[in-house]
Amino acid sequence: MLKIEHAYWLIALFLAGAAWLNLRERRWSHAGFWLVLAVLVGGGKYVLDATAAHHPLPAQLAGAGVIALAVLSPRMKRGQLVERDASEREADARRLGHRLFGPAVLIPLVTLLVALFGAYAVIGGVRLFDPVRMTLTGLALACVIALIAALWVTRAKPSAGLAEGRRLLDTLGWAALLPLTLAALGGVFAATGVGAAVSDLVRMMIPVNSALACVVAYGLGMVLFTVIMGNAFAAFPVLTAGVGLPLLIHLHGANPAILGALGMLTGYCGTLFTPMAANFNIVPVALLELPNQNDVIRAQWKTGAVLLVVNLALMYCLIFRF
Amino acid sequence: MTALLHWLPLLGVLVVVVGFALRFNPVPVVVLAGIVSGLAAGKSIGDILALIGNSFVSERALLLFVLTLPAIGVLERAGLREHARNWISALRGMTLSRLLIAYLGLRQILSMLGLTNVAGQAQTVRPLLAPMAEAAAEQRGKPLDERERNDVRAFSAATDNIGLFFGEDVFIALGAVLLIQGFYSQHGIELEPLQIALWALPTAIAAFVIHAIRTVLFARRMAGRSGTTVPALRSGDGENSERC
Repeated sequence: MLKIEHAYWLIALFLAGAAWLNLRERRWSHAGFWLVLAVLVGGGKYVLDATAAHHPLPAQLAGAGVIALAVLSPRMKRGQLVERDASEREADARRLGHRLFGPAVLIPLVTLLVALFGAYAVIGGVRLFDPVRMTLTGLALACVIALIAALWVTRAKPSAGLAEGRRLLDTLGWAALLPLTLAALGGVFAATGVGAAVSDLVRMMIPVNSALACVVAYGLGMVLFTVIMGNAFAAFPVLTAGVGLPLLIHLHGANPAILGALGMLTGYCGTLFTPMAANFNIVPVALLELPNQNDVIRAQWKTGAVLLVVNLALMYCLIFRF
Repeated sequence: MTALLHWLPLLGVLVVVVGFALRFNPVPVVVLAGIVSGLAAGKSIGDILALIGNSFVSERALLLFVLTLPAIGVLERAGLREHARNWISALRGMTLSRLLIAYLGLRQILSMLGLTNVAGQAQTVRPLLAPMAEAAAEQRGKPLDERERNDVRAFSAATDNIGLFFGEDVFIALGAVLLIQGFYSQHGIELEPLQIALWALPTAIAAFVIHAIRTVLFARRMAGRSGTTVPALRSGDGENSERC
C-alpha cells in the first residue's frame, strides 16, 4: 500500500541527493541546509510518534534542527548554476515538439486519476492507496512517473533527474523552506495565546452595539490576522471565537453558515497581501526568478482589495437576512 | 501584572512585522518570532524547542512540491519552456487575456472539485503557464523587455493563486469547509458542509469577474506597450494606460 509516508521518504532522498551534489562542489551551507531538512522530513513520523508517547527529546532535536536551518538560510546565496545552453535547448525543443508536454501533463493527470479513482484500486484485497492524504500520495506517484517519462522522452541519463532537480531546488533556496517555518510559527502562536490577545484587542476597539462595526471588525480582523499568520485557517478559529460568535452570532443574530463561509474567504483576500503566505507569494518569486520579493503580491493585491470590499458588502447584506 | 502577561506574547508578532519591514531573511525572523513569543508566554527552552520541532514536522506535506522538480528540470533541459513558448506563438487566436482567463476558470473549477494539487506554482505555472503567457504577450507586438517579462510572470503566478483560493472554499469534502464545520460543532452549532459551501459561490463568481477584468486591462497594457513600432490593434488601446 502506498502511503503519504513513502512520499516523505522520497523527498528526504531527493534532498539528501541535492546535499551530496552541493557537498562535492564545496558549497557547504547549501549541503548542510538540505541535509538537515532531509533528516527532518524523513524522521518526521518518528518525532511525532515519540511526542505522542511523551518522549520530548526527538521533538526538541527537531526544534534545534529548525534553528540550524534558520542560521544557515541567510548564507544561501543564489549562486549561478550552469544551465544548458539556450541554443541547445531550442534545438531540442524543435526536435521533440509536443512530446515534451507529455511528461509535464502526466503530473496533473496522474494526480487527478489517483484522486478520483484511487479509492477503487484494490489488488488482492489490499488497497493500493492509503486513504489518508491520498491526493498528495498521488502527486508523489505522479512525479515519479513523470520523471521516468521525461527521461525516456529526452533520452537523458537518470542522473540528470537529480542534477536538474537540484538546480531548481538551489534556485528556490530558503524560499522552499519558508512555508514550513511559517506553519510552525502558527503552531507556536496558537500555543502561546497570541490569538486570544489579538481578538481582545479587536473587541476593545469597536462599538459592539453596531452590527456594521462588528462586521467590519470581523472582516478586517480576519484580513489582519491572516496577513500576520500567512494563513486564513489560523485566523478563522481565533477571530470567529473572539468576535464572530459572541458579537455577530449571539448578540446580532447572524447566520453562522454564511458568516463562516464569507469570513474564511475574507481571510483569503488577506492571503493575497502577505509575504507570510510564502508558498503562494514567495515560492513563485523564486521559481519564476523574479527580481523583487513582492512582485507576485504586487500583481494580485488589487484583485484582493476589490474582492475584500465585495465580501464585506455581501456579509453585511446576507448574514442578518437568512 | 497578569494583564501584562496576557499581551506579552504579541511581541512575537512584532518581531515578524519588524523583520519583514526591514527585509531581513524571513526564515530566521520567523524562527526568532516563535522563540520570542514562547519565552514571553513563560515557556522553558526545552518546551519551545519541542513546540517548534513538532509544529514543523507535522506540516512537512508543504514540501511535497519539490518532488515535481526533477521531472520538470529534465524537461526544461530539453527545452520545455522554449517549446511552450513556440507553440503559443504559433496559435493565432491565443491572446494573453484569453490564456490567463481560461486558466483562471479551469483552476477555479478544479479547486471546486477538490483537485487543488493538480495545478500549482511548481507543477504548472513555471513550466507551462508562465512561458505560454510570455509568448501570448509577444504575439501582438515586439519582444518583451526584462521588466515586462517579469510583470507577465508575476501576473501568471497571481492568476494561479486567485483561481485556487476562490475555488477551494466551494468544495465540501476537505479543507476550509470542514474546518468551519468543525469549529462550529465544537461551539455547539451543527451545520451541513453543503450549507457552508454554497455561500462561498457568490465570492467565487465575484473573484472570477474581478480578476478577469483586471486580466483584460493588464493584457491591453501589455499590447499597447510604449513601442511606436507596434500598430494600433484596436481602437482605444492607446488611451488605456490602466496600471494593474
